[in-house]
Amino acid sequence: MIVELGHFTLILAFAVSIFQMVVPLVGAQKGWPEWMAAAAPAATAQFLLTAVSFGALTFAFVTSDFSVALVTANSHTLKPLLYKITGVWGNHEGSLLLWVLILTLFGAMAAWFGGNLPPRLRARVLGVQSSIGVAFFGFILFTSNPFLRLESPPMNGGDLNPLLQDPGLAFHPPFLYLGYVGLSMAFSFAVAALMEGRVDAAWGRWVRPWTLAAWLFLTIGIGLGSWWAYYELGWGGFWFWDPVENASFMPWLISAALLHSAIVVEKREALKSWTILLAILAFGFSLIGTFIVRSGVITSVHAFANDPERGVFILFILAFFMGGAFLLFALRAGAMEAKGVFALVSREGALIVNNLLLAVSALVVFIGTIWPLLAEMFFDRTLSVGPPFFNSAFSPFVFVLAVVLPIGALMPWKRANIGRALRPLLPAFGLALAGGLLAYSVASGQSAIGPIFIGLSVWLVAGAVIDLYTRTGRGALAGRLSRLTRLPRADWGKAVAHAGFGLTLFGVAALTTYESEDIRIAHIGESYAVGPYAITLTDVREHDGPNYIALMGTVEVERDGRPVATLHPERRFYPVAAMPTTEAAIDGGFTRDVYVVLGEAQQGGFALRTYIKPWANWIWGGSIIMALGGALSLSDRRYRVAAGARRQAEPKGVPAE
Amino acid sequence: MRRLVLILCLLATPLWAVEPDEMLADPALEARARDISTGLRCLVCRNESIDESHAELARDLRLLVRERLVEGDSNAELVDYVVERYGEYVLLRPTTSGANLVLWLAGPGMALLGLGLAFGYLRRQSRRKDEGESTSDGLSDAESARLREIMED
Repeated sequence: MIVELGHFTLILAFAVSIFQMVVPLVGAQKGWPEWMAAAAPAATAQFLLTAVSFGALTFAFVTSDFSVALVTANSHTLKPLLYKITGVWGNHEGSLLLWVLILTLFGAMAAWFGGNLPPRLRARVLGVQSSIGVAFFGFILFTSNPFLRLESPPMNGGDLNPLLQDPGLAFHPPFLYLGYVGLSMAFSFAVAALMEGRVDAAWGRWVRPWTLAAWLFLTIGIGLGSWWAYYELGWGGFWFWDPVENASFMPWLISAALLHSAIVVEKREALKSWTILLAILAFGFSLIGTFIVRSGVITSVHAFANDPERGVFILFILAFFMGGAFLLFALRAGAMEAKGVFALVSREGALIVNNLLLAVSALVVFIGTIWPLLAEMFFDRTLSVGPPFFNSAFSPFVFVLAVVLPIGALMPWKRANIGRALRPLLPAFGLALAGGLLAYSVASGQSAIGPIFIGLSVWLVAGAVIDLYTRTGRGALAGRLSRLTRLPRADWGKAVAHAGFGLTLFGVAALTTYESEDIRIAHIGESYAVGPYAITLTDVREHDGPNYIALMGTVEVERDGRPVATLHPERRFYPVAAMPTTEAAIDGGFTRDVYVVLGEAQQGGFALRTYIKPWANWIWGGSIIMALGGALSLSDRRYRVAAGARRQAEPKGVPAE
Repeated sequence: MRRLVLILCLLATPLWAVEPDEMLADPALEARARDISTGLRCLVCRNESIDESHAELARDLRLLVRERLVEGDSNAELVDYVVERYGEYVLLRPTTSGANLVLWLAGPGMALLGLGLAFGYLRRQSRRKDEGESTSDGLSDAESARLREIMED
């Protein structure tokens, strides 16, 4: 019954989304206030209906209702409750439902907090946002209905893919969707602005919080995914340039570019049409990501035939929204006159360089991802594009970006002097040089690329600190430090996010430069050295989990005779899904991880892999700090969305400051 | 009994990449083998090199790589040999031949093009400023006032 209710509310939400697409847009065109005003309550209704629908599906999963085909395929009574819940989005149909839930939530938030938007713009934003909803509700209901029942329910289900039964991956999709869907708001604002034919500073201010939110959720989502790959896949890689990873990375790059160019629109009323274009592209890449992940067209060219209906449907959605938006852009972008003029060397100029680098690097990732498909279609060549390509084609852009970033961040608006921007950065340059040289001397005999990037990461972090310090003006140290605490949160957010980027870069460079590995057959009780550590496999025994059985090893790690950690690497077997997994055991640390993987029994011992991974945690620590910087920026006073409402309560006629 | 079968399953599935028994005694040769392996794709996997893959076929290829290295192949000879047998699909780093130039040059090309466009934009903009062209934004007075109100907040 509850499942049918969920199905029914989903259909109702579809109907409401059609209403919300048509009525406000017509109202905005004709100037009918009642029609425009219909958008906000409709957005709320759409969200509530979708929430009920999502709740119904979650209920079916939690109660293990195996009469629902989706639950049968993806759940099992023995599965822990957490994974019964996360199993809702651990599959195609359920994750799409989560997608639209977040989409309608964002739409509703735009309605709730958009009180200070001009009514016509608000109606258009909500109308466009709802048209995306129409497409995805249609997609779910016509091709991927999660509420289908089975005629004869089985006694138990087929279990969730064991790789997904993990906290890191369980919460990875919701964050990614918050990011993807957040970009749909930027898209709606862009299309609405094109309909209005006008972009001004206020538009830049409205669109930036959504982009910031989307970007920070994408950062967290990608970080979680990378962290999961690191500890779950069994050899400690953190980024594989897999098409599915790239699918989330491209929108991240474009949204990073967008949130910078939106600053230029807000502060200087320039780069308007470029910002609109980026907003369209950012959502376009989200849709392309959805297409790549769900159609299977890229990972294996032939998987497309398995599910042509879904792939074609998403392709239609993509073609419609991108085609429509670009057409509108071509017609209207010319009308967007830039107001603020600026010199080549200026903050604006630096942000153009930032945008160029981020956009081109996104393009490199894009072409690398789809090249195997294009080569097969047009040149009849079956080939692969793997990590070696991305590492050499992508890194140069990161290099230039990292070099330019601290300088650009210190430049004033309108017109700058490179020498004047460089002077405060001298200490950062000295530190970076020292850091790079130190790194090079420690890594004797290896390539210089790692140490160069380590030096750059020092440059970035020191540059961020100096950036913050120069904001405090002149005077005595105590006065400047006290002023530091009163800086706007946006300044803090900028410095923190840039420093986080530096820390992630440091983690990546240090890990790839200094990693050491040992593979051998370990006999029980025998100890051997890996780097400065003594490793001893003391025991291997059977171990039962709730829905798996495992072989669990006990590994003692010592350094200079003192115990460091006792690790328990596992090899699990999930009988229902008939799938084995490796569970690496990691002793995480500030400066290094000791990473142990248990293998097969061979020649009277067990194969054992030991890695020393220096500074590994800094990769994800840096990502968290980047996201934190985004959050700080988002909490800046001028973005607080309720500000408009609060203002109206204040008495008019306050004297100018 | 069922339990025993399950344990046997667990023991029988090769779960990971390079196994200790595959490795060469000579560390220099083994390092070369690892280096080459990371650039060769496992043909039956989604997107893994043979160095990372758990698949049986990847193991065969790893053994093949080591065999040829011991026989004295240079890295280039070895890679050519593998490509001849399995096609360029095994190369994770695509060649720069023919149409692949598009792939390799897309990034630098777009960067140059973008730089050119940005330069042109800035030049046009500064010239317009010199001519003193007005940059009215077509806002009504009420709209400008409302805009200021929002921006000051």
